Amino acid sequence: MALLEARNVRTSFHTRNGVVRAVNDVSFTIDKGETLGIVGESGSGKSVLCYSMLGLVPQPPGRIEGGQALFDGTDLLSCPQMQLNRIRGKRIAMIFQDPMTSLNPYMRIQDQLIEPLLIHDKLDHHVAVETGIQALKDVGIQDAASRIRAYPHEFSGGMRQRVMIAMALITKPDLLIADEPTTALDVTVQAQILELIRQRQQELGTAVILISHDLGVVAGFCDRVLVMYAGRIAESATTGDLFRDPRHPYTRALQRSIPALQPRGSELFTIPGMPPDLSKPIGGCAFAPRCGHAIDSCREMETQLKMIETRHASSCLRAQKEGLKP
Amino acid sequence: MPGAPSSLVQATAVLEAAEEGHSLWKDAWYRLRKNRLAVAGGIVVLILSVLCFIGPFFLRYSYEDQNLSLRQTPPGLQHWLGTDKLGRDQLSRILYGGRVSLMVGLCATAVSLTIGVLYGAIAGFVGGKLDGVMMRVVDILYSLPFTIFVILLMVFFGRNIILLFVAIGAVEWLTMARIVRGQVSSLRKQEFIEAAIALGLRRRRIILRHMIPNVLGPVVVYTTLTIPAVMLLEAFLSFLGLGVQPPMSSWGLLLKEGAEMMEEAPWLLIYPGLLFSLTLFSLNFLGDGLRDALDPRASKD
Amino acid sequence: MLRFIFRRLLQTVPVLFIVATMTFFMMRLAPGGPFDSEKNVTPEIRKNLEAYYGLNLPLYRQYLDYLGRLLRGDLGPSFKYPNRTVNELIKEAFPVSVELGTYALIIALILGLTAGVIASLKPNSFFDYVPSAAAMIGICLPTFVLGPILILVFALNLKWFAASGWEFGSDRVLPALTLGFYYAAYVARLTRGGMLEILTQDFIRTARAKGASNVRIILRHAMRGGVLPVVSFLGPAMAGLISGSFVIETIFNIPGLGRYFVTSAFNRDYTMVLGTVLFYATLITLLNLVVDVVQVWLNPKLKFE
Repeated sequence: MALLEARNVRTSFHTRNGVVRAVNDVSFTIDKGETLGIVGESGSGKSVLCYSMLGLVPQPPGRIEGGQALFDGTDLLSCPQMQLNRIRGKRIAMIFQDPMTSLNPYMRIQDQLIEPLLIHDKLDHHVAVETGIQALKDVGIQDAASRIRAYPHEFSGGMRQRVMIAMALITKPDLLIADEPTTALDVTVQAQILELIRQRQQELGTAVILISHDLGVVAGFCDRVLVMYAGRIAESATTGDLFRDPRHPYTRALQRSIPALQPRGSELFTIPGMPPDLSKPIGGCAFAPRCGHAIDSCREMETQLKMIETRHASSCLRAQKEGLKP
Repeated sequence: MPGAPSSLVQATAVLEAAEEGHSLWKDAWYRLRKNRLAVAGGIVVLILSVLCFIGPFFLRYSYEDQNLSLRQTPPGLQHWLGTDKLGRDQLSRILYGGRVSLMVGLCATAVSLTIGVLYGAIAGFVGGKLDGVMMRVVDILYSLPFTIFVILLMVFFGRNIILLFVAIGAVEWLTMARIVRGQVSSLRKQEFIEAAIALGLRRRRIILRHMIPNVLGPVVVYTTLTIPAVMLLEAFLSFLGLGVQPPMSSWGLLLKEGAEMMEEAPWLLIYPGLLFSLTLFSLNFLGDGLRDALDPRASKD
Repeated sequence: MLRFIFRRLLQTVPVLFIVATMTFFMMRLAPGGPFDSEKNVTPEIRKNLEAYYGLNLPLYRQYLDYLGRLLRGDLGPSFKYPNRTVNELIKEAFPVSVELGTYALIIALILGLTAGVIASLKPNSFFDYVPSAAAMIGICLPTFVLGPILILVFALNLKWFAASGWEFGSDRVLPALTLGFYYAAYVARLTRGGMLEILTQDFIRTARAKGASNVRIILRHAMRGGVLPVVSFLGPAMAGLISGSFVIETIFNIPGLGRYFVTSAFNRDYTMVLGTVLFYATLITLLNLVVDVVQVWLNPKLKFE
């Protein structure tokens, strides 16, 4: 039984300039202890998808138009607020991209860190503090006992992200959603943070959804990957299959864009064109205008995600019909 | 510039484009027009100003004509807003008083504007130690009970109306100085100013063409918000007997007289109070609207 | 923190010094003041004044003596009431004003904070427009208009309260409300602004992701930062409450220091006026210090500036 099963999630933003369909009929599952990567450009809907799960989309102007997110029998998208509050922070936790702004600058680390324990596990204050100190040690912060009383601005970016991780995992949740946890950090720190997340994940058996725009980051970390484009899933496969045998032109293009994999001295490959304007209805495949393999039916027919091999799905028409390997 | 290196030509072109850029104002104007409350406020202020400045010429009674047989009559056909305790026509007194109050508002604001802008611009532009010292002085002055000092001034040195303008203006310049200094200071550090200096543009041109248009926005907003604050201060002083002196009237004085006669003749308080509050209301809405219009970050959607 | 307090205390010294010096020279320059020989004052008062001011001494001696007396807290004899000193009059009247001011401040904070928080939760909705409009009214309606109106309605017509005086507990209600409402309006606007800014920040989203309830988010996460503009406003607000008390005490006939100040100003009781000014200046400076300390306590980043 899947830990979290999302079905046909649709989220849009109602702005002055029109209705932006940020998440357009997305379904996926994640199992206990599994690591799932969600990859895509800015605006692909990867973050909004996960925010929708946890009710973190600001309701004006955002609105969840439809779908379900079944977590242990509860539909997160339609359950009462109190129930959602019991799940958030306790069974599903989230860490965010920018640790500078994600921690409350007016509260000590201690107060923020142990808050989930006070809210959900109802621990005594001093017990919670002890747990908090241990949690900081577990994420590699030295002098945890004294540093726990500091304020966020006294920590560096990498340390703050470690605190966020400690705070998210302190209640030993079943699922951790990490929204671009390393994007705002120095390159040298990025690897450390990813390693830390992996290590904690293995120790606790937590499932992890890792959101990133960087295929490389996801490659080293996840069991399975979803590639999103323009609010929809383009391809979904195990990491190995995705890299060895991509079945969507967008995935292929993303791979080709990884600078480290390209021959030295030649011009860097970039995907021509721009992502589509999501406030306008898209006829046919959203990637068609930029796709080297597009044919007429691509521009006319609505795309759907279909399995093309075991545990490998693609929404590319040609991959589905002709077995195209871009 | 023939013969100049292409980078210099390009830089100059960018600067000239920056000088030309007026679309900021058009955007702001559009946003302001959409804000109905602010527009309403502006219209009301305009109407009231016209009434107060031009109205008295058309009225039957002057503000000082006394008619002791008609003391304290309620509003009626002869005297539309009634008469006060000396039989003077309230309508004229209110309009005339409005003229005085608005004048005080404008003049005192002009005083605080001048002092504040000059002070703030110098502090912000020169920067460094001078800036530090100047703003320290402002900080110290800010914490002093200026209102009390104004009262002191008026008590000790008489009831001269010019002194009133200056004294009230002197209370309000501090905020203006802070704002202007903040704007100028941050502008100064921006790259296009450094580019201008590097290109050898004279300081005067920099100030005039590049800084002033950018500072103008907040200055306009706070001027519009200072006027009601100043009018309130004048009314406060007049209420205590320290502001405008009879037989001149201002809204503050009218409110004082109205409060005194409240039990027997409530209309003497209500009508001036209404008009006064309406003016303050409108100016505040207008000022708020200007602030929202000129500061794109303050958008509400 | 202690070092910060100490530093701020040191900064108040020049301020008070300036105030004292200004008042010294004002006394001497005022037409019709104690140094104006044309003014007719009763012989007793003149005797007291001459003794107090040492009018025959050179100016710098007078100045130093003056400063010395101030340091000892002696504010001199009253100009108008023979045989009474300014100190006595202040001691009598000040507690009344403190009471009024405290009630007004409490009303301002409770009303203002609540209104501001409610308005910030659902911006541009009914819950926003009503408190915001009420706040706007509060700002534009001067206390000397609101006061008489309240008296007219509640005291004269409905007869719930006395129109003036300070004898009974119920006498406190109308004056405190009038004074408090104006400041409540400012507090409401500032709270709304501060909360709106905070509520859109990322760390609020983090708090939600932790499963914190809305109440918890508002009280423990948002208010600390959201209330900051109100705290910095409190400094000038205290000064304003004091000057506001002049009007309120005059309208409601309350025997507080504010009313004394107004009547002294009217009656040209120079020593009383100056003594009160000095007293107020010191008071406000100290209050500002307290406000600054509270600000630093609430916003830890300030300590490092």
